[in-house]
Amino acid sequence: MSITATLIGQMITFAILVWFIGKYLWTPMTQMMDDRKKRIADGLAAAERGKHEQELAEHKATQHIKEAKEQAAEFLAQAQKRGAEIIEDAKDDAKAEGERLIVAANAEIEQEVNRAKESLRAQVVDITIAAAGKIIKKEIDAKAHGNLLKDVVGQL
Amino acid sequence: MSTSTASEASGPTSVEYIQHHLQNNSIGDAGFWVLNLDTLFYSWLLAGVLMYIAYTMPKKMTADTPSGGQNVLEAIVEFVQQQIRDIFPGSNPLIGPLALTIFMWVFLMNAMDLLPVDLLPEIGQLVGIHYMKVVPTTDLSTTFALALSVFSLIIYYNIKIKGPMGYLKMFLFHPFGKYLIPVNIIMTTIEEVAKPISLGLRLFGNMFAGELIFMLIALLGGASLYGLFPQIALGTVWAIFHILVISLQAFIFMLLTIVYLGMAHQEIDEH
Repeated sequence: MSITATLIGQMITFAILVWFIGKYLWTPMTQMMDDRKKRIADGLAAAERGKHEQELAEHKATQHIKEAKEQAAEFLAQAQKRGAEIIEDAKDDAKAEGERLIVAANAEIEQEVNRAKESLRAQVVDITIAAAGKIIKKEIDAKAHGNLLKDVVGQL
Repeated sequence: MSTSTASEASGPTSVEYIQHHLQNNSIGDAGFWVLNLDTLFYSWLLAGVLMYIAYTMPKKMTADTPSGGQNVLEAIVEFVQQQIRDIFPGSNPLIGPLALTIFMWVFLMNAMDLLPVDLLPEIGQLVGIHYMKVVPTTDLSTTFALALSVFSLIIYYNIKIKGPMGYLKMFLFHPFGKYLIPVNIIMTTIEEVAKPISLGLRLFGNMFAGELIFMLIALLGGASLYGLFPQIALGTVWAIFHILVISLQAFIFMLLTIVYLGMAHQEIDEH
C-alpha cells in the first residue's frame, strides 16, 4: 500500500486513453452533437418561417374568397336584374302581339262581315229582280231598272 | 468466506483475511520499483473497454435517430460539456477528452468495487493467482498517476498562459502582495502541492474505505451461519450507497480537474 512504479504505467495508460478518447469519441461526438444542434435550430427557424408564410397565404386566401363572394353577389344581382328585364320585355311583347292579333282578328271579322253583306246584297238583288221579273214579267227591263234596284239594296 | 486459502485447517483469521485482500499481486523488489500486476490488469482491461466503446460507438451513431448506447454516451458527453462550459474559462481542446476520460475511467475502476469482494480473488485462487486487488483505485499508484498527470498539466498551462515570469510572480506576490514575499512563496507552494495530493488521496481514501467495509461485511457471513443475514442486508445497503460514492468520486475528480485547469488558464491578477 504505497506508491510504486505502477504509477508510471498508469500515467502512460492515462495519457494514451485521453488521446484515444479525444480522437475517437469526444471529437466525433461533439461534432455530431453540434451539427445536430445547428440542424435543429435551422429546422425550427424554417418552421417558424413556414408558419409565417402560411399565415400570409391564409390571409390572402380569405381576401380572395371575400372578393369572389362579392363578385358572385354582383353577378347574381345583375342576373336577377336582367331576368326581370327579360320578363318585362316578354310581357310587353306578348301584350303587343296579343293586341296585334286582336286587331287582325277584328279586321278579318269585319272583312268577313262585309263580304257576307256583299254576297247577301248580291243575292237580294238577284232574288228581287227574279221576283219582280216574275211579278211584272216583261215590263221591267233588267238592264234599265238594275241601277235603281241596286240603290235600294244598298240602303239595306 | 475464503476457506480455500493457504491455512486450510481452521480458515484464516479476520486479520489474515483482510490483510490477504489488501495485498497486491506484484512483481519487483520492495520499495518504489514494484509493479502491481492486478492494478495494471484491471485498469487496462477497463481502459480497453473504454477504447472499444470509443472506437465502435461513434461509427454506429446517427445524428437523427439516437438510441440505446448512443443516448447514454450523449448524456455523459453533454454532462461533461456542461460542466466545462460552466467552470472553464476560454476553450482548450484537451480539457474535454481529459475530463471525459477521467470521469468514465475512474467510474469504471470504482465500479469494480461493486463486484462481490471475494468473487474475482476466488476465481484467481482457482487458476493459481494468490493475491488480487480488484479495484484499481484502491491503489495509491493509480490515484496518484491521475493526480500527478493533472498536476503536470496544471503546471504546463500555468506556464503557457501566464508565462514563466507570470507563474513565478504568482508564487512571489500571491496572495498577500509584495511586502510578504516569503509568506507568499510558502502559501502558494502549499496551495499548489495540495492540489494533486488532495485529488489522489480523496479518491484513494474513499475507495479504500469502501472496499474495507465490504470486507468487514463479508467477514460477518464468514464468522457463523447467523452472520449470513446481516451480511446480505448490510452488503446490499452498502452496495446501494456505494453506487452513489463511486459516481460521486468520479465526478469530483473530474470537476476538480476542470477547476484546477481553469485556474491555470486565468491570467494573473495584479495585487
